[in-house]
Amino acid sequence: MSRLTDAHVALANEIIGRYPRPKSALVPLLHLAQEQDGYITRDAMVHIGELVGVTSAEVYGTATFYEMFKFEPVGKYVVNICGTMSCALMGSEELMHHAEQRLGIKAGGTTPDGMFTLEHAECQAACTEAPCLQVNYRYRYRLTPADLDELIDDLSAERLTHEIPPHGTVAKVRQHIPSHRGVGVVAPELVTESPAWLNGKAAL
Amino acid sequence: MTSSYLHAPGFIAGDRPKIVTSRFEYVDSYKIDRFIATGGYQGLRSALSRPAQTVHDDVKSATVLGRGGAGFPAGVKWGLTPQEVWPRYLVVNGDESEPGTYKDRLLMERDPHQLIEGCLIACYAAGLSQCFLYIRGEMAVAQERVAEALNEAYEAGYVGKNILGTNFSVDIVLHWGAGAYVVGEETALIESLEGNRGMPRLKPPFFPAANGLYGQPTIVNNVETLANLPWLMTNGVDAYTAIGTKTSPGTRMVAVSGHVVRPGVYEIVNGTTTFRDLIYGEEFCGGIRNGHALKAFVPGGGSAPWFTSDQLDLPFEGSQVGAAGSMLGSGAIMVMDETTDIPAAALTLTRFYAHESCGKCTPCREGGTWLERILSRVVDGKGTDADLAQLIEVGESICPGDFPHASNEALGLTAVPFPYKMTTICFVGPSAYVPVHSALTLFRSEFDARITKRTMIKVTAVGVSS
Amino acid sequence: MSTTESHNEAEIVVDPNAVSMTINGKSVTARKGEWIIAAADRTEDFIPRFCYHPRMESVGMCRQCLVEVEGPRGPMMVVSCMTPVAEGQVVRTDTDIVKRAQEGMIELLLANHPLDCPVCDKGGECPLQDQAFSHGPGESRYVEEKRHYEKPIPISGLVFLDRERCILCDRCTRFADEVAGDPLITFTHRGNNTQVMTFPDEPFASYFSGNTVQICPVGALTAEPYRFKARPWDLQQQESTCTTCSVGCRTVVQSSRDEILRYQGVDSDPVNWGWLCDRGRFNFQSTNSPNRLSTPLIKTESGLVAASWTVALDETARVLRHAQPGSIAILGGARGTNEDAWAWAQLADALGVDMRDAQLDDGLPAEIFGYPNATIDDACSAATVILLAPDLKEELPVLYLRLRGAAEKKKIRIIEITTHDSGLTRYAWKSLQYEPGHQAETVQQMLSTPEMQEQLGRGSVVVVAGRSNLSEAAHHTMAVVDTIATTVSQVSVLPVLRRANVRGALSLGLAPRGSTDAAAILEASANGKVDCLILLGADPLSDVPDADLARRGIAGARHIIAIDTFLNNSSAHADIVLPAAAYGEKDGTTTNLEGRVTNVAQSITPHATSRPDWMIAVELAALLDHDLDILTLQDIQTRITQTVGGFDGLSVSVAVRKNGILVSVPPISPLQVHHDAAVKRNAYEFRLVVARKLYDQAIGTAMSQSLAALAPGAGVFVHPHDLERVGAKDGSSVRVSNTTRSVILPVHASVAVTRGTAFVPFNQKGVDIRELLQATNGVTDVQIANIS
Ligand SMILES: Cc1cc2nc3c(=O)[nH]c(=O)nc-3n(C[C@H](O)[C@H](O)[C@H](O)COP(=O)(O)O)c2cc1C
Ligand code: SF4
Ligand code: SF4
Ligand code: SF4
Ligand code: FES
Ligand code: FES
Repeated sequence: MSRLTDAHVALANEIIGRYPRPKSALVPLLHLAQEQDGYITRDAMVHIGELVGVTSAEVYGTATFYEMFKFEPVGKYVVNICGTMSCALMGSEELMHHAEQRLGIKAGGTTPDGMFTLEHAECQAACTEAPCLQVNYRYRYRLTPADLDELIDDLSAERLTHEIPPHGTVAKVRQHIPSHRGVGVVAPELVTESPAWLNGKAAL
Repeated sequence: MTSSYLHAPGFIAGDRPKIVTSRFEYVDSYKIDRFIATGGYQGLRSALSRPAQTVHDDVKSATVLGRGGAGFPAGVKWGLTPQEVWPRYLVVNGDESEPGTYKDRLLMERDPHQLIEGCLIACYAAGLSQCFLYIRGEMAVAQERVAEALNEAYEAGYVGKNILGTNFSVDIVLHWGAGAYVVGEETALIESLEGNRGMPRLKPPFFPAANGLYGQPTIVNNVETLANLPWLMTNGVDAYTAIGTKTSPGTRMVAVSGHVVRPGVYEIVNGTTTFRDLIYGEEFCGGIRNGHALKAFVPGGGSAPWFTSDQLDLPFEGSQVGAAGSMLGSGAIMVMDETTDIPAAALTLTRFYAHESCGKCTPCREGGTWLERILSRVVDGKGTDADLAQLIEVGESICPGDFPHASNEALGLTAVPFPYKMTTICFVGPSAYVPVHSALTLFRSEFDARITKRTMIKVTAVGVSS
Repeated sequence: MSTTESHNEAEIVVDPNAVSMTINGKSVTARKGEWIIAAADRTEDFIPRFCYHPRMESVGMCRQCLVEVEGPRGPMMVVSCMTPVAEGQVVRTDTDIVKRAQEGMIELLLANHPLDCPVCDKGGECPLQDQAFSHGPGESRYVEEKRHYEKPIPISGLVFLDRERCILCDRCTRFADEVAGDPLITFTHRGNNTQVMTFPDEPFASYFSGNTVQICPVGALTAEPYRFKARPWDLQQQESTCTTCSVGCRTVVQSSRDEILRYQGVDSDPVNWGWLCDRGRFNFQSTNSPNRLSTPLIKTESGLVAASWTVALDETARVLRHAQPGSIAILGGARGTNEDAWAWAQLADALGVDMRDAQLDDGLPAEIFGYPNATIDDACSAATVILLAPDLKEELPVLYLRLRGAAEKKKIRIIEITTHDSGLTRYAWKSLQYEPGHQAETVQQMLSTPEMQEQLGRGSVVVVAGRSNLSEAAHHTMAVVDTIATTVSQVSVLPVLRRANVRGALSLGLAPRGSTDAAAILEASANGKVDCLILLGADPLSDVPDADLARRGIAGARHIIAIDTFLNNSSAHADIVLPAAAYGEKDGTTTNLEGRVTNVAQSITPHATSRPDWMIAVELAALLDHDLDILTLQDIQTRITQTVGGFDGLSVSVAVRKNGILVSVPPISPLQVHHDAAVKRNAYEFRLVVARKLYDQAIGTAMSQSLAALAPGAGVFVHPHDLERVGAKDGSSVRVSNTTRSVILPVHASVAVTRGTAFVPFNQKGVDIRELLQATNGVTDVQIANIS
């Protein structure tokens, strides 16, 4: 399976409909593809190009720019250990070293059972809680090597599935604009007038 | 089972004025019921009950400074849009990824409605007809909290068509990235939002307010900047400017990380709080951990030249910090105690910027990686004197001319003020050099001690060193 | 350069857009809105650059062009390719800090560059190599491991990419996106790993790919036909004009050891802006083809055999001398130079030849030149452009680029009236689809809507008129052009007949007399009324839409004399074949579709014994005792300027300039327009549309090994719903029949095709659709039956 499923196409079209230009939906749609397959397949890029009206090459150019998109299968859990300054000051190198030992892989690798991919990550906006990491973009803060062991145990035993979805799913809650409430989009070239409320009067 | 932290930690409250963190004490601060029960959407009502222009005027006279890094007054920025060009857009910069920076994520996870209310006020005041709220790709929970809040706010009639029954209508669209620091730069943010590679675009006219998203006038504001607006609208300009200084009114969110006793995120009074207060003050970080001594600190996010104890008494205020050779940037202080391996610490930042280069400009793409390679050789104890000289040569190709640094009494250095000349489009390229330059200027002896005193290795055709 | 150049030089014009500034202390006058680097290019101070290209948007990517500009807070370092000039601006390109920055940039660019100049095709003409000498630090201190990628990879049938040499200047990718509209190569990955790539396993299939090779500032992109062929210092070059189609793009022809090796585009402001299409760029291979005709051929019992020129010309003269009065016909002439056409027209006059036509029933009547004439620039700056033309991307590629660019920049609005989606459809303001036979109705309806009337009243209107459908009569389009020209104000017409010099040939005496056009001539020949048919670089059996007519015409001619570069379908039937010099082998001038005369230059000696067409005409005239009084090419040009109205401004010295000279139109008799009623369908379900693709079996393409394989092959395209109706699968075989004949073709679904019509590309390898076309029918209706 690699083109978007019908359900995802419906969702994709809803997302595309929020932007004055369809290409804006490219990154969200790539996330949808990664959510579906765990990584971005060639067919998904072709399909997304068709959906937003750009060439596959353009989709590829955009997709490869961003760190989160994977083009080959990765582990069910992608463990990103932050190594930027605040975390490094608080011992992220030891944490990474420990993780490599524990998982038996180097940063960038995936365990043979396909459970874990280990990555070196950059600052995760949790610097005061250093050292920190993300598993499929869910945080763990102020980790000791022992905490890391426990986390890997929990993940291996699938004890955190309620909180940590498989790789590909980022947000579990999606925005939904109810049709009766949404303003809707207008192509910018069709707008010629100032918004109604700029009439010099109070709106309320 | 390891405990989960669904609620972003790190905020440390205090007995200080609260403008943007007033709801952080509630566990359900992100729910619309709590929000409304604690004065939420009152700022919006207050704004809508006045003509848009007067709301804009208030934001101008309150001097709400941008919190994203450049410190440009929001009200002035909104006024830079060309006359009578429609539509205009609002893009909210929630891409927080500057090393050391941690505040926008807190604001999004813990009080998303406050941000939404801020967006609405900005759209009303500046005549912006659609808002895109761009959240960093890796921030899953922030995306969920904002999505949920938007869904609630749409249902409740705060967002969308005819807000509160008025002629004010605006959609707020949640957009999210996919991992690229440089996308935080506002023109790259717009490229990314257009579905392109997130490479900064620099075209005259130079600012998005004139030529932004889809070529239309676009206001880009930081999350924290917008989060200030509800309080400002509810409490008025006078109450706002009563806090802080004339040039830097209000409060600021500051994250202090590294070797301090109580690392955390603090909402501080703008312009008056000193670095000494922040690092040593009992209501703040409570000093250096384990009784160690301060060696150096980064005062304004990874891109800022470093300070040492000589600069502790400077207030957290833009122009003074600039004159002292650094910048305030995004409100992030990283503290190093005397146990810190300075070249290795510098490497973590240089590696960051080299890795995050978008690849557009030659100096950043090639120079950043070159700096990283030399520096890691030095850190590994394989460097040479020539390597240190080469670091500076590469740095000068990125930033020719004098480079800013702090004064240092012990070393007999006088300050070179911010900013630098640069050959790149944005600050990522120079930022790769900043830690190298600061570390080499302030802690040269550590590098000297690190390198084996060899002359430059001559690489011959077969790669044999002599 | 247009004739307006001759205005009073003493007149002092104060240009409101002039800006005065200084560069390195010297004062410079610049135009408002111009970049500093463009202003500096008119001075002696060269600013180094890699990514800047005057015909593309600046991106400020390489950072090589940094200069200092005085600002309120002292000198500011800015990129000169993205900083506009300003009144009183003080620019310095020579300060220490600028030099430091420029040297630093070169050093950084070379850091990851393989420095394999000795084996690089670009060596000797490489901006990186050159600027490293002029603006570099002298030595590289980079001792780190360089980036490694797989060495040159083919990204299309024509272009190779070596990512190790790439300096990431964004020229090729910007060209593909911004100029060609084919974003099939892009940057991928990020930062130090940024690279240029196609989508995996999907080629850079653009008609314009060769331009990326030309503008690449290093040897990262190389063209297959030129790889390892020559070193720049061995090349001779001549400025010339591409004569593959009638756009007339300016080129330099580069040759070495009497062989043409490369064409490069030259920036002619009114025409091609430096761009070429791949067909025009790479079909020089056909000139070098071993299949060229080397000697004259004469038909014998055992087929065509080689003969000497003396014998062949004598024999030709004999045939012509013995022809019945009024029974000689000349077809062709649109592929040669103005001089060729004129000389043959003189010979025809001398011999009293009335049957002549430079076209092959595949264009529009010459009267199309009788309307007020529009230039390419006029079209690209008109308020409205009405397309009544074939798909310009397929037939006149660089004109497509110009119009696409103007539409993208919102300078023009395009109204397209078409039978199927064309290359310009996505850029059109309105695209109105019609079924063949209903063009007039569609245009009438369009003209009557208030929205269109408002648009057409907004300023000048340029009608781009050509033969859009070879299975529909030309007079349908003529009638519509006439309707628009007579009802809309401020109209001018840009005729888009596609053979390179069709306009020159028609204007210089090879236009039909009265209604005796190519179709009539072939019909006459079929009826035994032609003693001698002269094919002047013409191949009716391949090009005349009605295959049966062409066959009957060729068969009916008592003698055929072919003057050509190759033996083709028609010349294979000739009694005498005379080898002609090809493009690049002769000097002369050519007239493009807008009436612009530019020179074509001789770069190499003509192949074997071949000669220019004009020379053959002159020699034949002499043998037939008609002294044309011509010894040299200059004699012809002098006579043209003296005798042909409209060409009086022509002189070689003007034509060799890169913008040439616009000739005015010789008077053309008023057009007899006949307006047909819409043609009703017969019982058949599909109305046929037959049109050209860029790559077909045309000899220049077929004989260029790099291009030949790019022709898509024969097939019939229908809308997906129609395919369903036919009950066939994509790619399966179908029988396409008219009331008398049928052909079997593979069928394909395409949403670009209007429902109820069937699109068949012309002159492709495989079964020939022309079997179903009849010159006497206004339109062709066919049935499509699934046979698999
Ligand atoms: C490399 C770079 C990264 C940036 N990252 C961020 C960021 O993550 N968040 C942010 O709000 N501003 C960031 N900025 C600043 C923005 O360009 C912009 O100035 C800011 O969003 C404007 O908002 P403000 O005026 O409200 O501060 C960054 C700037 C640069 C040069
Ligand atoms: S400085 Fe670096 S990140 Fe910024 S635009 Fe240039 S290459 Fe990109
Ligand atoms: S391949 Fe050539 S033109 Fe394209 S980016 Fe690289 S150097 Fe520039
Ligand atoms: S557009 Fe025509 S004239 Fe120009 S290069 Fe192509 S074939 Fe030659
Ligand atoms: S440095 Fe690790 S979260 Fe910021
Ligand atoms: S030429 Fe100006 S930045 Fe490349």
